[in-house]
Amino acid sequence: MSGVLEKQELKIVGTRPVRPDGADKVTGKAVYGGDYHLPGMLWGAVLRSPHAHAKIISIDTRKAAALSGVKAVATHSDFRESDDSDEINAGETMIDIDAAAQMCLAKDKVFYDGQPVAAVAATSAEIAAAALDLIDVQYEVLPHVIEIEDAMREDAPVLHDDMFTQGMPETPKTASNVSMRLEKITGDADAALDDADVVVTRRYTTQMVHQGYIEPQSCVASVSADGQAQIWCSSQGAFMVRSVAAAITGMNLSDLRVVPLEIGGGFGGKTTIYLEPVALVLSRKSGRPVKLALSRDEVFRSTGPGPGTIMELSLGATKDGILTAAVMDLKYQVGAFAGSGCGAGVMHALGCYRIENTRVTGCDVVSNMPSTNAYRAPSAPQAEFAVECAMDEIAEQLGMDPIELREKNGVKPGDPSFSGAPLGQVAFMETLAAAKSHPHYSAPLGPNQGRGIAAGWWVNHGGESTVMVSINEDGSAVVATGNPDIGGSRASMAMMAAEVLQIPMQKVRPIVADTASIGYSMLTGGSRTTFATGRAVCEASAEVVEILKSRAAMMWGVEPDQVEWHDGEARCTAPGSDEAPLGIKQIASQTAKTGGPINAEIVVNPHDALPTYGVHICDVELDRETGHVSVVRYTAVQDVGRAIHPSYVEGQAQGGAVQGIGWALNEAYVFDANGRMDNSGFLDYRMPVASDLPMIDTLLVEVPHPTHPFGVKGVGEVPIVPPLAAVTNAVSHAAGMRFFDLPLTPDRVYAAINSQS
Amino acid sequence: MSTVHIHTTVNGDPVDFLSEPHTSLLNVLRDKLDLTGSKEGCGSGDCGACSVMLDGELVCSCLVLAPEAEGRRIETIEGMAQEGQLHPLQQKFLDLGALQCGFCTPGFLVAAKALLERNPDPTEEETRYWLAGNLCRCTGYDKIIRAVMDTAAEMRQERVSA
Ligand code: FES
Ligand code: FES
Repeated sequence: MSGVLEKQELKIVGTRPVRPDGADKVTGKAVYGGDYHLPGMLWGAVLRSPHAHAKIISIDTRKAAALSGVKAVATHSDFRESDDSDEINAGETMIDIDAAAQMCLAKDKVFYDGQPVAAVAATSAEIAAAALDLIDVQYEVLPHVIEIEDAMREDAPVLHDDMFTQGMPETPKTASNVSMRLEKITGDADAALDDADVVVTRRYTTQMVHQGYIEPQSCVASVSADGQAQIWCSSQGAFMVRSVAAAITGMNLSDLRVVPLEIGGGFGGKTTIYLEPVALVLSRKSGRPVKLALSRDEVFRSTGPGPGTIMELSLGATKDGILTAAVMDLKYQVGAFAGSGCGAGVMHALGCYRIENTRVTGCDVVSNMPSTNAYRAPSAPQAEFAVECAMDEIAEQLGMDPIELREKNGVKPGDPSFSGAPLGQVAFMETLAAAKSHPHYSAPLGPNQGRGIAAGWWVNHGGESTVMVSINEDGSAVVATGNPDIGGSRASMAMMAAEVLQIPMQKVRPIVADTASIGYSMLTGGSRTTFATGRAVCEASAEVVEILKSRAAMMWGVEPDQVEWHDGEARCTAPGSDEAPLGIKQIASQTAKTGGPINAEIVVNPHDALPTYGVHICDVELDRETGHVSVVRYTAVQDVGRAIHPSYVEGQAQGGAVQGIGWALNEAYVFDANGRMDNSGFLDYRMPVASDLPMIDTLLVEVPHPTHPFGVKGVGEVPIVPPLAAVTNAVSHAAGMRFFDLPLTPDRVYAAINSQS
Repeated sequence: MSTVHIHTTVNGDPVDFLSEPHTSLLNVLRDKLDLTGSKEGCGSGDCGACSVMLDGELVCSCLVLAPEAEGRRIETIEGMAQEGQLHPLQQKFLDLGALQCGFCTPGFLVAAKALLERNPDPTEEETRYWLAGNLCRCTGYDKIIRAVMDTAAEMRQERVSA
């Protein structure tokens, strides 16, 4: 397929049909991770470390194994000994197999409260829980460390005695908690800062936050006597589950089939696994299917949240508002193992703007908290929060409109990207202009209210996907992909296929296939699915159209190039022909005579995903008596390439904005003096609820991707980037003073405004 | 542990089951009665994914002990569509794209139906407060609130014209 189709040519793309998986999801029929069960299934349970940092001296499971009803017990020794170098590509992160195995079951040390230590499978959940009490683990408790700066001190307890900071000119000889350092330099930032007319120098902090998907992880594993196995679970990628589970347990990939169930939210958090290898071992040992499910407390304490940060920034500009210099240092609190860290932060921090002289340094710091994992635009919201707050201060100091300041400095197509290659068809300027002319931007504010704006960007990914499109005998179609549907991707796949095949969308059934039923596909993440898998859907559908045309040609006895495809039927253009058109059903019902079934499998691996940009406008009202901040109006403006199903694109922008609002105002991990998480439930880890919020207005800016058949750009991640600073800038304006530390909880805001007056 | 024999009505049908006294109604629905439409997001009354009606009152089934259901009427998401016909709220959620992952959806629908039975003309604020016990991490609530209020308006309209 070549060229982007013009909008007016489109019949289905851009409309808002009911999603194909919708009816089951509103009636309770859809089967999510926790809903699956098998006859004879056992219930698993996991014993967890009560210590933030300890050596495991011994684990005695004999009494537990002897309890009536217990069928299997597992510890780390049941896993395959892994090579230190084993790594699996999970899209936005790499999964280190040795570390992943220790997050399933600890090896010789525990690094955080809640880390799994042993597991049992029994005939009931009650017996499994009772068996955990019978496991005797002897620990030698070690001093622990949580905060970034404490973990970086010379005398800090070192978590891993083999962690020697990577990325230094010379690798250090002593182990430390700094897993890596990174530096990116352009021009001479120090000299340019000296010459700048205005400089803002600030220190910003953010806390560790959780993705907060409402569905806890859950799986069922069943290993047969010949070693073949199946896993049923929800995840962001069944192929990722297969790779990691097989690597940890030492299985051949061909012996393991992973069946994707519906996923109840992931936001990056389900791009790795914590249960499946354990369930496999328990099933192998017991000879029965085993179910393992996390409780909410376990989700908070033992799955990977997004990292906290300490960020220092000096941003300089001329008096005309041209940014000239930035010096930035980013420290990411990555948790127990080298998790989701500063890499994308260094890359994204300054990426909205053209700045000639920059020096950005970053480091990842491990400490005794759960190992971090991807969280929606992983690591970008923090770094861009700092930059967008500083931009607001520069605009204020110059007396310049904050959008105008961004327009003066924003990237345009052809400007150098982070890698140096020129940027493609980016639409930051169009997005800024749309925000500026949005009625919200000029609406009057009430007393104690403030308005903040912030921009943000995310790079977006492409990557490997396999798609199969098959035509049924009645002319309907099946589109099989390997990408779990987190928020409506079945709808967008079906719509794109229907548009290319020129048949009604209701005749296209999209399915998410298991790992034995379709070729490899990278997980759903990096905002890649509608872009990359969608491209494969378009190409496969186009190939099917070619086959349909050639079959019609055969039926008519003409050349294939004498057939055109319109409105789901073949039309003969051979000179003098008076053949009636052949509908897709007529062609499909004759395949036994024309060469067999009609289908096409396409693999893609695009590397030309385009970054997208968001500009958010936020109004808050500050209660000066309590320090409470409420968001009273919010608008998310976003460059989306082209919206296949606008409702679900708006939904991404709205959901991302609200997660960002939660990050800005409420959410944070809290630890007690022993390093145990103090707020491991939804009551105390306070995510936004409906009564906290106004409607979230959206404005989709459509500047199509020039090489995607429908112009798609990734949309899912960028909306979580701007809100942190949009909210903070709004609070700063409402309060008449600046804020630098998230979350902006009432006690913090109250203390700040009262210390000022 | 001694089990208790419990008699209930679930979505209009008489249902008997045996349960440990400390088992939650949610676990009975999901694990014993195969009604997995009610979800467990927290097990502590904080997310609303397990919402069901007990004798016409909206409850978190994770906070109800199975024996408390003795002799009572339980309605779950599985009973919301009647004779294959979606309830107007279910249809509106589909039409407006008020679900992304869909995991919170059964809880929201059960809670929203309870709201409209009690208050056919809720304001946006009333709707937001009534649904404040239901967490959704995907949608930012915007389309959910619109779907509930639109459905309320349509159902009022139908009542007028009926
Ligand atoms: S599972 Fe009952 S309220 Fe969350
Ligand atoms: S749609 Fe995913 S939690 Fe609400």
